[in-house]
Amino acid sequence: MPTPLTPVLSATWDARDSWTLDAYEKQGGYQALRTALTMEPDAVVALVKDSGLRGRGGAGFPTGMKWGFLPKPDGGPRYLVVNADESEPGTCKDIPLMLASPHVLVEGAIIAAHAIRAAKAFIYLRGEVVHVYRRLLAAVAEAKDRGYLGANILGSGFDLDLVVHAGAGAYICGEETALLDSLEGRRGQPRLRPPFPAVAGLYARPTVVNNVESIASVPSIVANGPDWFSGMGTGKSAGVGLFSLSGHVTRPGQYEAPLGITLRELLDLAGGVRHGHELKFWTPGGSSTPLLTAEHLDVPLDFESVAGAGSMLGTRALQIFDETTSVVRAVLRWTEFYAHESCGKCTPCREGTYWLVQVLRRIEAGKGTEEDIEKLLDICDNILGRAFCALGDGATSPIVSAVKFFRDEFVAGTHTPAWELFPYERSTLFAEVPAR
Amino acid sequence: MPITAEARERLTADAAEIVARYPQPRSALLPLLHLVQSEEGHVSPDGVAFCAEVLDLTTAEVSAVATFYSQFKRRPNGTYTIGVCRNTLCAIMGGDEIYASLAEHLGIVDGQTTTDGMITLERVECNAACDYAPVVMANWEFFDNQTPASARELVDSLRAGEDVAPTRGAAKVCTFKEVSRVLAGFHDGRAGEGLSAGEPTLRGLRLAREQGWDGGPVRTEPAGVGAAAAGEPTPRGGVTSAHDAPPVPARTRRRAGTTAGRPAAQATTGEDAPGSASAADGTEEA
Ligand SMILES: Cc1cc2nc3c(=O)[nH]c(=O)nc-3n(C[C@H](O)[C@H](O)[C@H](O)COP(=O)(O)O)c2cc1C
Ligand code: SF4
Repeated sequence: MPTPLTPVLSATWDARDSWTLDAYEKQGGYQALRTALTMEPDAVVALVKDSGLRGRGGAGFPTGMKWGFLPKPDGGPRYLVVNADESEPGTCKDIPLMLASPHVLVEGAIIAAHAIRAAKAFIYLRGEVVHVYRRLLAAVAEAKDRGYLGANILGSGFDLDLVVHAGAGAYICGEETALLDSLEGRRGQPRLRPPFPAVAGLYARPTVVNNVESIASVPSIVANGPDWFSGMGTGKSAGVGLFSLSGHVTRPGQYEAPLGITLRELLDLAGGVRHGHELKFWTPGGSSTPLLTAEHLDVPLDFESVAGAGSMLGTRALQIFDETTSVVRAVLRWTEFYAHESCGKCTPCREGTYWLVQVLRRIEAGKGTEEDIEKLLDICDNILGRAFCALGDGATSPIVSAVKFFRDEFVAGTHTPAWELFPYERSTLFAEVPAR
Repeated sequence: MPITAEARERLTADAAEIVARYPQPRSALLPLLHLVQSEEGHVSPDGVAFCAEVLDLTTAEVSAVATFYSQFKRRPNGTYTIGVCRNTLCAIMGGDEIYASLAEHLGIVDGQTTTDGMITLERVECNAACDYAPVVMANWEFFDNQTPASARELVDSLRAGEDVAPTRGAAKVCTFKEVSRVLAGFHDGRAGEGLSAGEPTLRGLRLAREQGWDGGPVRTEPAGVGAAAAGEPTPRGGVTSAHDAPPVPARTRRRAGTTAGRPAAQATTGEDAPGSASAADGTEEA
């Protein structure tokens, strides 16, 4: 029995010129803002708390509670920062959302800023998506023209300036404290916490950092009420979310569904694993979430159940790999990514990811040694929990989980190259002549 | 290529506009670096000095930042940066083959530029378009579902001076300098060009429409519902409480029904304990 999809955020994406203010208003856009502006800020915070919305950027921290952590206003500035850095491998939901519907993010940001009493907000967009940047710039300009931004918004007395800021290519800037350093014009390196951004964030002032999808979920929650949202999903994982299927799947794409849907159900909707092949392994929420296999097809994709299965819901980035794929090759490439993106601030991650790459390259080439598997696990053990930020921890996830489920393939790396065990051209989505 | 006096004057006016966006001037550094890159095609020593002067920083401070970010180029960039995604998913779906084919076709490797100055070839990390894999970026515009042949055709057209439209993006790929100027926050008026979404983005929505699963009237009577809810905040703990939420709205009942038979989500680590600030932000995962 397939679980129904539930388009909420995605519901407007196929409208003509969906990114324009006119199209958005035609679908009821900015009505929730009018409602929110008649409410006391604390009432908006309470409403979001009641909805059960949890952060959609990966960690799943309750959004309303995060807003509630800000200290009482002391007359100084407070900031809202929207994390639009989307760079976790496999994650591809925020970018299409902003391309198709930048106004839902702008509306959500205005409501959130009102709730936390911020007069200045930023959207920190990764720099490698120029058309999304154009759409956001245009949306902010349109919203300003129509009185949704600027001074005395809709006569409410609330003022807000919203700046869209482009990054310049660095995965670590998605980590919220590195993002704040980057937004202050510095190298994007994580900060020691505490103090948390709620207390000392941007320019050491109280700051809320939220993911794009979290903020974009706010208008529909205000419009439909918290019970509507909390009535969807499972257990402590309320509401709907974007599930992004990619890889060896017949119809990859964005599938918006209540949390708790399973991969089996999603694959049914997406036409299954590509024709003639079968599922080998997958990530539930990006490369930093431990790999799962076909035995996990029925795990409800909510925060608790995926954790119970030994992984993490993360960003619902479901990367699907079939039996043609070398897990060693997959894991090596992710590890090269972490080594490249490690900001270098702490030794376990900076040095550890470097050595992990060296060992994995040997194994891929069939030149691994007997000790290499233990060496990999040992290095991971020295990173996990000892790194300064979650990038280092995340780097160990694919390795440890791959060794757990596919140890044989690592053992085979002591004598046979991965490309002989799994000819790489069989994994491609086209039939053209391969490279290697 | 030094920054001319004429360019300096223009850039100074632009820089003032950028700095004015931020509560503190130093926040303007990334957009300023994009700006100098839009003038010179890379971040030159002159560009660094310009940023330093505008923000009253040392050139060492500016260089330290410029070298941290992969989009800032230390050598003159080609008119077009062709970035092939080589992260795991795209690589396995064919990105590695596309990259190898382009490298051979162009006779250059990672980070190099063709002698005509037209194409700089790069391997890029995941660009948030995995449902369109394998992906190639041309000056940070999306070319979806590529093959070695389509990618070679793309670079040939660009080298021949033809306008090329990305799969999802502006009507044509702009030059590296033009795009750098947009990234500095100066709109080029092209937001209205191109699609809202490609087919994969819309798949779930289309299927839901066909099946009549519309997620309910998302925006019905916003004022009423929102205001009522706001007026009487419920006394719940504030954490998620779907399981003890009273009546589920009709349109969501189906979902609730399908989950009823499942074990209640296994409580695991006790993460997100209410009020625990360290759980708040300390346990995150990308
Ligand atoms: C290495 C790393 C990269 C991250 N990248 C992103 C990102 O691109 N977008 C995002 O929203 N959160 C990202 N996060 C999580 C953020 O630190 C933060 O938890 C999140 O923005 C909070 O928003 P939320 O509560 O709405 O989920 C990343 C974390 C780490 C450690
Ligand atoms: S774990 Fe890695 S990315 Fe995070 S602070 Fe340490 S070196 Fe930087």
